[in-house]
Amino acid sequence: MTKLNTYEAAVAAYEPVLGLETHIELDTNTKMFCGCSTTFGAEPNTQVCPVCLALPGALPVANKAAVEATIKIGLALNCRIAEWTRFARKNYFYPDMPKNFQTSQYEEPLCEDGYVEVTVDGESYRVEIERVHLEEDTGKTLHVGGATGRIHGATESLVDYNRAGIPLVEIVTRPVPGTGALAPEVARAYTAELRDIVRSLGVSDVRMEQGSLRCDVNLSLNKSGDEWGTRTETKNVNSLRSVERAVRYEIRRQSALLDAGDKIHQETRHFHEATGETSPGRSKEEATDYRYFPEPDLAVMEPGREWVEELRASLPEPPRQRRERLQAEWGLGDKEMQSVVNADAVDLIAATIAAGASASGAVKWWLGELSRRANESGAELGSLAITPAQVAELQGMVDDGRLNDKLARQVIDGVLAGEGGPAAVAAARGLEVVSDTGALEAAVDEAIAANPDVAEKIRGGKHAAAGALIGAVMKATKGQADAGTVRQIILDKLS
Amino acid sequence: MSTISREEVAHLARLARLEVTDDELDAFAGQLDVILESMKTLGEVDTEGVQPTSHAVPLVNVLREDQPQPSLPRDAVLAGGPDTAEGRFRVPRILDEEA
Repeated sequence: MTKLNTYEAAVAAYEPVLGLETHIELDTNTKMFCGCSTTFGAEPNTQVCPVCLALPGALPVANKAAVEATIKIGLALNCRIAEWTRFARKNYFYPDMPKNFQTSQYEEPLCEDGYVEVTVDGESYRVEIERVHLEEDTGKTLHVGGATGRIHGATESLVDYNRAGIPLVEIVTRPVPGTGALAPEVARAYTAELRDIVRSLGVSDVRMEQGSLRCDVNLSLNKSGDEWGTRTETKNVNSLRSVERAVRYEIRRQSALLDAGDKIHQETRHFHEATGETSPGRSKEEATDYRYFPEPDLAVMEPGREWVEELRASLPEPPRQRRERLQAEWGLGDKEMQSVVNADAVDLIAATIAAGASASGAVKWWLGELSRRANESGAELGSLAITPAQVAELQGMVDDGRLNDKLARQVIDGVLAGEGGPAAVAAARGLEVVSDTGALEAAVDEAIAANPDVAEKIRGGKHAAAGALIGAVMKATKGQADAGTVRQIILDKLS
Repeated sequence: MSTISREEVAHLARLARLEVTDDELDAFAGQLDVILESMKTLGEVDTEGVQPTSHAVPLVNVLREDQPQPSLPRDAVLAGGPDTAEGRFRVPRILDEEA
């Protein structure tokens, strides 16, 4: 049984040092070194060729779009772009690469020495970037015979090389000391910021749950004033929440070991989503000696300064700056804006406003009803089957008095069920507010007749009692009346 | 006396996935020693001010446009492997040698 300290005790006794390695799959049309398509979900081994299979005599050529995307990422992370850079072979024998090596970069990465600013609890942290390099992804292995499809206990593995050779960008931070008890939040904020930056560049869809953004978390502990401790590297951390949990768990686990006078082993650990725990993988001392050497089949690159400056000029507004601008434009407080960011709703709300909705209306729908729907179905807000334009249309119908909030929610049901846009759903489901006053007056008369005692109270001046009659009318009209109008009719009749 | 030890030869053999007998370890240690000794001669060359060469051809920035090209038919792909299943290459269990 793994001993754990409480988090509070751990961070009171030790100072954590963080480090993050992030892999981002680029969404180029073709692989890094060959023209094979990168379309997701193709039949196994249908997007492979002599180059990505490393058949004898095949000659790789680097993908210009991938190099440009990496330079853009480097620039957006405030890095220096190398004037001279080359690829290297990382040699290892593992069936996920048919070549028996991965083409990567070693001593001469494309980008170096950058930083990302993140804010946690109003405090700013600068996470320094050591390097950004370009490499290729590996194939996918399917483990057969194990109880759970995991590698342990598997009797054999089936390999699909469609993913082998897809451009992969690795972003490595320098060690981040000084975050104290906020280490988990800083790790999360950095990963979120990195994701937003890369997404704004349009070079990857950076979806953690689909593996296009993958995170390894390095962590060590030391007593205040001591040298940094031995670090562990936790792999398989596949959501923002998991980044936070993995850091927290390692702090609790390592501090318990150190308290007991034990040593931390420098090792790779695996994060388990279900339990939030980490377990040991390969020990680093025994880790493969990769015997890197310069890749002889690929020409060196000398990114011209003109090209780099052209790419710099093409960068979009940085997400952090854009958020601050939008917050001011939308008139939101810090907390409200934080909710918008946490819900990943910045772009959705911006698009909804661009489609004609007011800022308050757009924020209300995305953070309220639609967030609730997303949570219920375990989906991301952006993957709901409703577009920002449709949300704007819905809000417009509410503003015009054609829908009340209750009806609007029913319209959302229809839109999410694929029945069409808000106007079409309202028409098809008969969900417009009843504006025919004749019909409303008849319904009010019925309600009064059915509730004579309530009517008497209202006549006696107790206007608050009108609620019961409004409820009856709403029920009779299946919620399709405007409550304000109904109330007015009731008071007019009973005064 | 070899400057390269039996342990180093064993380590290199393991990295290259070569099976080497105890006798061979001694033999290869001696042979690798001779090779390293010979290569040392190169160290005598004056390379002051000469850039290390990694590429024999003076080409830079050879890049490809991001245009898809046809891949191989899957039958041809899988024909290169000794065993296949479900459109994939079948390989022995992976963790054995690491565990």
